[in-house]
Amino acid sequence: MRFFGRGHGACPGCGLTIAVRNVLEALEGKCFVVNPTGCLEIISSQYGRNAWGVPYIHSLFDNAAAVACGISEALKALGREDEGKVVVLAGDGATADIGLTLHGMFDRNHDVIYICLDNEAYQNTGHQQSALTPFGEATTTTPAGKVLFGKMGRKKDMVAIALAHGSPYVATSSAVLPADIRRKVKKASNIEGAKYIQIHCPCVTGWGIDGKDVVKVGNLAIETALYPIVEFENGKLITVRKVRDRKPVEEYLKLQRRFRHLFTSPEGKKIIAEIQRIADENALKYGIDLKK
Amino acid sequence: MKLKINIGAISEPLQSEKFKTGDWGTEWAVVDKEKCTACRVCEQFCPDGCIEVVEVEGKKFAVVDHNYCKGCGVCASVCKYEAIRMELKELFKLEVC
Amino acid sequence: MKKVVRGFYSVAYSVKLCRPNVICAYPITPQTEIVENLATMYANGELENCRYITAESEFAAASILVGASAAGARTFTATCSQGLILMSEVLFNAAGMRLPIVIVNTNRALSAPLSIWNDLQDSMALRDAGIVQVYVENNQEAHDMVPQAYRIAEDKRVMLPFMICMDGFKLTHAYEPVDLLEQDVVDSFLPPYRPEVYLTTKKPLAFGCYAPPHVYMEFRVAMQRAMERAKDVMEKVFKEWAEISGRDWGGHLEIVYPDSKNFVIAMGSLVGLLRKVVDELRSEGFSIGLVKLRTFRPFPAEELRKNLGSAEKIIVIDRSFSCGYEGNLSIELKSALYGTNPEVISFILGLGGRDIPKDFIKELLRNSILGREKSGFKGFKEFEEVIP
Repeated sequence: MRFFGRGHGACPGCGLTIAVRNVLEALEGKCFVVNPTGCLEIISSQYGRNAWGVPYIHSLFDNAAAVACGISEALKALGREDEGKVVVLAGDGATADIGLTLHGMFDRNHDVIYICLDNEAYQNTGHQQSALTPFGEATTTTPAGKVLFGKMGRKKDMVAIALAHGSPYVATSSAVLPADIRRKVKKASNIEGAKYIQIHCPCVTGWGIDGKDVVKVGNLAIETALYPIVEFENGKLITVRKVRDRKPVEEYLKLQRRFRHLFTSPEGKKIIAEIQRIADENALKYGIDLKK
Repeated sequence: MKLKINIGAISEPLQSEKFKTGDWGTEWAVVDKEKCTACRVCEQFCPDGCIEVVEVEGKKFAVVDHNYCKGCGVCASVCKYEAIRMELKELFKLEVC
Repeated sequence: MKKVVRGFYSVAYSVKLCRPNVICAYPITPQTEIVENLATMYANGELENCRYITAESEFAAASILVGASAAGARTFTATCSQGLILMSEVLFNAAGMRLPIVIVNTNRALSAPLSIWNDLQDSMALRDAGIVQVYVENNQEAHDMVPQAYRIAEDKRVMLPFMICMDGFKLTHAYEPVDLLEQDVVDSFLPPYRPEVYLTTKKPLAFGCYAPPHVYMEFRVAMQRAMERAKDVMEKVFKEWAEISGRDWGGHLEIVYPDSKNFVIAMGSLVGLLRKVVDELRSEGFSIGLVKLRTFRPFPAEELRKNLGSAEKIIVIDRSFSCGYEGNLSIELKSALYGTNPEVISFILGLGGRDIPKDFIKELLRNSILGREKSGFKGFKEFEEVIP
């Protein structure tokens, strides 16, 4: 049986579905998917239009991690652990904002692979800001106007939160690096404990890009160091995707409608400078720049 | 005849395949099988899983299922052999006055 | 085996005998000792095929049980008051997903102001959720109810969560002689949990799908039908339990002195006091009977109508109220009696653990029968609300 069917309702070019297909491929479909409310849930689990070919549960918006803990413990109690891995596929809002039952999962170290599909806003309800929305982005709840110019808060560092909880495996990846997703998910499936993988997923509708630019934009996020691709095992940084000739952030920002206001408003230059500073900080922190 | 509903709104797997999303877009992906090297990169990227490498008379190449292809253009953008092009559907080739 | 035990121990012991697979715990007075006792049993290896999880909140506890139940495990948690309200989102969800989770709710008043003492407001707030609700009178009934709860909830014709309501402190912390059940008796009464659908890679299914307008309503009607079938299932299970244990708790109601002209109706431990009060009033010459309402959901409207429809006066004792209207039991009883003629007098007492002395309630009932009382809040001091 296919792990994820065709005919689902995702936007053409949806980054989430690229990530999901590769995650399920890496687990060979031997998994229990827990999916909170969000784009992925809406496009794939309407009654009578189920796109999943693996056991799947949608509970509520805020409790995916806890439900996953429950499944993991039930399998242990019933002696059925080798049926498959419990994996959460949650959006950024459901992870970093409303979904902090995540911390209980980390605290008790349940055997769950928690995958945050990060499209950087609450996209399903029309692009509202979430804790993982980057600095300077215009969303419908942090719009660019005459006095305020987009989100002025920072992007929450979920990787640091996962590491602070002592998660045995923490990684980031991107929908434009499918082989990387598969490698990391496979690795996580062989480690016991509460693991966290955050996957950057371009959103055509929310970011204001065309399907044919999805891969270009996703790659630019990596090449400008705005989305570091890293891997930690037992708290130690083991791999970083390095970049030769790191690109300036403008090249990434100018392609997306969500950052267009930075190029048309007078405040824009200051915000772009701050975004560049964030990128430089990431590059320094993880050693992203390849030394010449 | 009575409607049958599953207890607790549970759904059977892969029901979405009934819905032919191929009529969504204005374009379809078309593979040039001479240029295609069956590297399978497009298979890994397609958000809808509707491009697959097949073997016909000893030759392997990718084929797009137009029942499901939404015309997003992701596969065409990743194919490094430029074997995939996005072609406007017949319907949209008509001129609008 | 008869022992003098506190209510929380009798519940924990009964849960152990029901062989749960996943137990979630989060502390809240006065249920904490239930989960503490279960933790001790777990730490001593007395719970087989079981995982005990110390959840980070009641909301997480209920969510963990949703996942566990969907995966085919028999589940348990205990909560009350703020914890019950916090997990209400998940309980509504669990009822809609038809998961037979069993919860013991140790009735406690709701904030604000904060109160750890007993009234029925917390479980009343969840009456719309689609959860079976039974109110127990004493610790023996609580002990007996746990296996029956699993039998009823897991019945294929029901498949809804089950809430056993027992008065916080008044029952949970009271010492009472309880005839503790034997494992083999519970095993013969309660088979292992074998759901027809559950999360498994052998048969992949999607749970918790969303339903657009063209199909949502049917799922909610299905829940109502399940509740209606539960009425029958419960009666059969209650009868079977009476035969196995030798203790007959009655059906959805218990009626004492059914030929009376006047009746007093109440739920929970208060019924124990009312038995004595009713006997004393009868010795004074009053025609008064007692109705113990055991099942609140599904509400036994027909039975109440049949048994009380021709009474002269019914006195309702509520220990919770719908703010802006009146006592919850009073509202529901009156709607069940619509079209019949009894006079209904409703009192709301005992909120936040306010004491209900025997003489006070005897006076209240006597005056009610004599037509000297009006409905409303009783047993509180008149006050003037001021700004400090």
